[in-house]
Amino acid sequence: MTARTLFGKVWDAHVVAQEPAGPAVLYVDLHLVHEVTSPQAFAELRARGLRVRRPDRTFATMDHSIPTVKNPLAVADASAAAQLRQLVVNCEEFGVPLWGAGDPRQGIVHVVGPEQGLTHPGMTIVCGDSHTSTHGAFGALAFGIGTSQVGHVLATQCLVARRPRTLAVEVDGALGPGVTAKDLILAIIAALGAGGGTGYVLEYRGAAIRALGMEARMTLCNMSIEAGARAGLIAPDDVTFGYLAGKPHAPAGAAWDAAVDRWRGLATDDGARFEHAVRIDASALAPMVTWGTTPAQACAVDGPVPDPATAGGADERAAATRALDYMKVEAGKPLAGKPVDVVFIGSCTNSRLSDLEAAAKIFAGRKVAAGVRALVVPGSQEIKRAAEAAGLDRVFTAAGAEWREPGCSMCIAMNGDALTPGQLAVSTSNRNFEGRQGQGGRTVLASPLTAAASAIAGAIADPRPYLEAR
Amino acid sequence: MPAPQFTSVTARAVVLDAADVDTDQIIPARFLKTTTKDGLAAGLFADWRGRPGFPLDEPSAAGAQILIAGVNFGCGSSREHAAWALAAWGFRAVIAPSFADIFRGNALGQGLVPAAIEPAAHAKLMTVVRDAPDTRVTVDLERLEVRWMCGPEADAVCRAAFAVDPFARRQLLEGVDELGYLLKLDDRITAYEGVSR
Ligand code: SF4
Repeated sequence: MTARTLFGKVWDAHVVAQEPAGPAVLYVDLHLVHEVTSPQAFAELRARGLRVRRPDRTFATMDHSIPTVKNPLAVADASAAAQLRQLVVNCEEFGVPLWGAGDPRQGIVHVVGPEQGLTHPGMTIVCGDSHTSTHGAFGALAFGIGTSQVGHVLATQCLVARRPRTLAVEVDGALGPGVTAKDLILAIIAALGAGGGTGYVLEYRGAAIRALGMEARMTLCNMSIEAGARAGLIAPDDVTFGYLAGKPHAPAGAAWDAAVDRWRGLATDDGARFEHAVRIDASALAPMVTWGTTPAQACAVDGPVPDPATAGGADERAAATRALDYMKVEAGKPLAGKPVDVVFIGSCTNSRLSDLEAAAKIFAGRKVAAGVRALVVPGSQEIKRAAEAAGLDRVFTAAGAEWREPGCSMCIAMNGDALTPGQLAVSTSNRNFEGRQGQGGRTVLASPLTAAASAIAGAIADPRPYLEAR
Repeated sequence: MPAPQFTSVTARAVVLDAADVDTDQIIPARFLKTTTKDGLAAGLFADWRGRPGFPLDEPSAAGAQILIAGVNFGCGSSREHAAWALAAWGFRAVIAPSFADIFRGNALGQGLVPAAIEPAAHAKLMTVVRDAPDTRVTVDLERLEVRWMCGPEADAVCRAAFAVDPFARRQLLEGVDELGYLLKLDDRITAYEGVSR
């Protein structure tokens, strides 16, 4: 048999039909649903008199437009409340399990899937959400789809898909102190460019990847889409199995042993070919921050913001100039020291327990700078409980940060948590697009360590001195 | 909803000369708090409308059915609302040097044709349309080419080829409904579920 990539193995195992020289019909093992991208799909099913083919392979949660306070449905604005109510109605009518407001499993869709053990190696996973790539951390082929395709999957458990090409991201070396998976993925995206991964599935490989814990791997795969790649995968290993073991929806007993045997075969074979490859040295990286309005516009927190004149093509130069202008950032100088208004720690990129622990390390015994609003938003109810059990909430509140209920919150600013025009936020989320965190708001993406350090400093800050001071 | 159909469109075009236009710009998230596809045109480029010189605000944009944009158009969020909003505004095709994957699929599903043409031809087309906003541009899915008049002589036609996945192209030319296609595979899906799941 020819040597195959991890991606190739998962893809091949899910082809239900193949159009000659055309797309495949791909079977979907797990379909995750949230309130924003599903209502029109359920409406389509209703209009056609269709049912959900596999409600047992479909799970819904509330995250995007849910207020991050107690009793969210009582305070949601009318349109958000209507959307959340519609999800309840749809899930009841079509028999889809829903982890809604008040459910102990509720949280951000890409946080709760892995946390509840729904995400398994070798699966195909889709969701009407581009950060579905997160689940690739388990060696699953996971990607975002539009609402029409949400309808297709609800009705048939399948979708029409064109086979992507493969791109190996080889990461050697080891991340230094204060440098995290978030910094690594920002460096990878900067190297590939905002569209550099278009048409590809990424496989993250190499010593630095193997050394990452499961939550860090999710941070990495989460942002694959920011380089244009719909999916990013990491081969499953003992770290993966250790994370999954005992989770509510993970296999148990003899089925677990059989599953692990199968999953061990999911690595890319020696000699398998990737269509493209890039190599990154993790040891050379510093904490990263974005200076522009795409996640690819990033640099080291202590390094100078690149001069647009040195950017590759005319397009890039124009984009960089436009971005600097929007961000009110000066080229040639480091971002460190630039005053911040808001710090947001949360989102499907960085709202897991290890992220909150990292932030707490910096917050402990310190105070958020005067005039800075700092929000810490756990990714799920389960993370919230675990963080509170460990006393992290008290660390945050003692420092003067807000400790909120789970949801997407200021990552997308649909739920009332939003920047006001002109405000600058250091955010652990994944998108610094114009106005993403609120109309007219400006976003600097960073790790939880950098975000926390910036909250304390009142300005964009390198977290390493704060860690050394301990 | 009937399956969208598309053969060719000839219309005026609007130039939005920006790279990496993400779907948060095409339609900001606050317009996604809806359960229908109605009224989305109001959200199209909502945060860019009203900025001095924004091309969609120009009187010449009225009635345009083709958007000419920069590289990596439609990157970011998977929101299909972006394709819905463009279509609701009246666009039937977008011409750019490249498109983001999810947007490309969403657009094709709406019968909004994403035509990726060579950067050199793209630059030429932008200049022509900027100089003469009344230029009629054709996006021809049958012949897989973009055409426009590029000189005073009646036969001075510029052409640029684009590629569309052959399966998606056939679907659009014939008005095939993708969900209907999948539903017809019921037996094979059931067989697959029996063996593998
Ligand atoms: S946290 Fe942000 S990126 Fe993640 S699913 Fe929610 S809105 Fe999308």
